[in-house]
Amino acid sequence: MIEVKNLTKSFDGKTILHDVSATFYTGKTNLIIGQSGSGKTVLMKSIVGLVRPEQGEILYDGRDYLKMNAEQVKAIRKEIGMLFQGSALFDSETVLGNVMFPLVMFSDMSHEEQLERANFCLSRVNLTGAENKYPSEISGGMQKRVAIARAIALNPRYLFCDEPNSGLDPKTSIVIDELLSDITHEYNITTIINTHDMNSVLGIGENIIFIEKGHRAWVGDKNRIFKTSNEALNDFVFATRLFQEVKDYIVNHGE
Amino acid sequence: MTNYCDKYIVLKSIVIVTFVVDFQLQNNMLLINSISQFGRYCLFMRRVFTIPDRWRVFLQRTLQEVSKLGVDSIPLVVIVSLFIGAVITIQMQLNISSPLIPAYSVGLATRDIVLLEFSNSILCLILAGKVGSNIASEIGTMRVTEQIDALDIMGVNSSNFLVLPKVVAFVLFMPVLVLLCMGTAFLGGLAVAWATDLISVTKYVYGLQAFFQEWYVWYALIKSLVFAYIIATVASFFGYYVKGGALEVGKASTNAVVSSSILILLFDVILTKLLLQ
Repeated sequence: MIEVKNLTKSFDGKTILHDVSATFYTGKTNLIIGQSGSGKTVLMKSIVGLVRPEQGEILYDGRDYLKMNAEQVKAIRKEIGMLFQGSALFDSETVLGNVMFPLVMFSDMSHEEQLERANFCLSRVNLTGAENKYPSEISGGMQKRVAIARAIALNPRYLFCDEPNSGLDPKTSIVIDELLSDITHEYNITTIINTHDMNSVLGIGENIIFIEKGHRAWVGDKNRIFKTSNEALNDFVFATRLFQEVKDYIVNHGE
Repeated sequence: MTNYCDKYIVLKSIVIVTFVVDFQLQNNMLLINSISQFGRYCLFMRRVFTIPDRWRVFLQRTLQEVSKLGVDSIPLVVIVSLFIGAVITIQMQLNISSPLIPAYSVGLATRDIVLLEFSNSILCLILAGKVGSNIASEIGTMRVTEQIDALDIMGVNSSNFLVLPKVVAFVLFMPVLVLLCMGTAFLGGLAVAWATDLISVTKYVYGLQAFFQEWYVWYALIKSLVFAYIIATVASFFGYYVKGGALEVGKASTNAVVSSSILILLFDVILTKLLLQ
């Protein structure tokens, strides 16, 4: 479980996060949603340590991240896997090289064991056969899956995903969502997904945190979101006519 | 009329004062920016020069960088040195031909120019363009595509992991490039002597050997090591701190080449003063 307490972050005098508190549960897909520029990426980057907040606490199963020394930070980062918006695969490495990278750097496995683990992770994301290709030779969806395989290679306790569906077609987005959800439940990890894809919200949102103008404006799950009276959230989630009709149908007829 | 003149003088004074203040402020800003950049560079270096997480990975990456930054520069070094060596020989012959100066002086002057300046300073200025832009654009692209963030998240010291192998590889391989440059430049001069009637091959070769000072070779090698360090670290620094997209990567690459070239020239003066006097 990751707890965030009273997080505040500013850039050049402009406050991006205002006293944000949230809890992200283990074994659940936790979603941070909000409009572009609402502060959700800053929140995620603060949690993983890419941005240092001015105030607040970030507790990884009770361990305060902001009070850790360099060695402790290094240790906890080995428990973190992250999927970046643009996949962030290493261009100079093959698919297999990318997945093996964290194993080579941080595990004490033999080369054969590393190879076995990397192949297992690739098969877990249904990517067998692409081991020797370079990131530039595979599609965006495949790149995301390689990034997921790399993120889970070291059996992380915490998985962060920044806009995992951006740039993907709806069908591939669903595949990625289901994969993230399955991995979360299978390995009982704390997964935090930063998204503004409404299919993801309604599909895998077990714990949803809505950020509006740097404030935590709403917390709930995919079922509660249909009945919310929060105007900003309604405007954001049910912005399209299709989603509005789906909401009306569910509210009127039940699930 | 007097009143009008007074107002004109006051107005003109205000304009001049404003201009001077603005100029001063700009200079101060430039100074502050330079000091701030130097501070960031020092902090960056502190992170670069730490013990690698995995020695095996570090050695592997260093060998890759030797191939990429060093071995791949050999064709450029050979071509440039061959032609410049030939040009220096021709120019020496044309400029110092006199009944009072012995013919072998052409070889001697060519040798000293190549040893003292061309094989280190000029070569490094050329390599600052090739290697510096290569390093800055590679690391800059990794920054804007979040690959460096990915390394940091994994707990890898990204500056050490990416930059140290480049610095070590380039500094270690630089003497090879310098010696190759010297040899090829002399061959370029020899080709001129052989193919033209400007100077005989025997006199040219005699000139190359006459009054030879071994220290000049060491001087060239010492300078080249410092320049190699400047090229690799300055380019890495500019690449590592890129913010934005492809346009900024291009700008960082240009800034890296310009800054390392200026630093090479500056250190050329300092090292010449220190090593030759």
